[in-house]
Amino acid sequence: MKALTQNSTHLALPRALATLAAGALFGFGLSFSTMIRPEVVLSFLRFNDFGLMLVMGGAVLVVLLTYKLAPRLLAKPLWDDHFHTHPSVWNRDTAIGAALFGVGWGLCGVCPGPAIAGLGAGNWELLWALAGIALGALVQGLSKK
Amino acid sequence: MDISNSLFPFGWQHYLLGGLLIGSGAALLFVLTGRIGGMSTVFSSTWSYVVQRPFFQQARFVDSRGWRLVYAAGLVLGALVWWMGFAGGVREATAVPVWQLLVGGFFVGYGARLGNGCTSGHGICGLGSLQLPSLMAVLTFMATAFLSANVAARWLA
Repeated sequence: MKALTQNSTHLALPRALATLAAGALFGFGLSFSTMIRPEVVLSFLRFNDFGLMLVMGGAVLVVLLTYKLAPRLLAKPLWDDHFHTHPSVWNRDTAIGAALFGVGWGLCGVCPGPAIAGLGAGNWELLWALAGIALGALVQGLSKK
Repeated sequence: MDISNSLFPFGWQHYLLGGLLIGSGAALLFVLTGRIGGMSTVFSSTWSYVVQRPFFQQARFVDSRGWRLVYAAGLVLGALVWWMGFAGGVREATAVPVWQLLVGGFFVGYGARLGNGCTSGHGICGLGSLQLPSLMAVLTFMATAFLSANVAARWLA
């Protein structure tokens, strides 16, 4: 346990840099695919431009292959002791939450990733969406026991 | 060619390539750090710095709040690189009205956190790990988003 803790501290910097680089790749992709433009997202939701399907499909493809192959080819991630999983569950909260998320997404054309990434491309108007998302997350947490 | 033009009036290559890059970001995070990188959790985990209520002090938020903020900073950095290097430094702007951004954003934040995921968490990571609950969440939010976007276009235009 002690060795693990030391190991973790030792790896804190490379892990942080890896996380930053991964986020940067993600944010570059969101910008390059113009998903940081609410108009483009709304255009998809109004059936005028199906680009979002390609964005989603491309991203899922890479992630699917990686989640499948990496744990088979590598004993562990480069800078951690195991691969994490994040099981999702289907229940009342997931159903209502997803439905409300969609209502909001259709109204503003902004989801959490682009709300953050858009700021890096000077889209200051998205601060309003960012504020709304942060507030929504706060209210959701406060309303939970 | 006509079909391609009508489905993708602005071309399709940048969508596909952009999607592959987004996936590569989540894939890189997984290979290097083993983490599953959805985006909406950062909006709960960051509140744990200032809100002491037990909900926000759960281990899953407190233990991940640091790297999630770094990941979010990476998002801004990546967009900045694109803006400066590939978009000629012309700033992005949106004509979507402020109230729609704010109110829509509120529902996005509330809903994503209640439903434990958004377009990246359920969409990219959830579908990427072949989880049925995530597929159902995606189908649900796509359906309500289609409705909401089209109703808004008709009534608010």
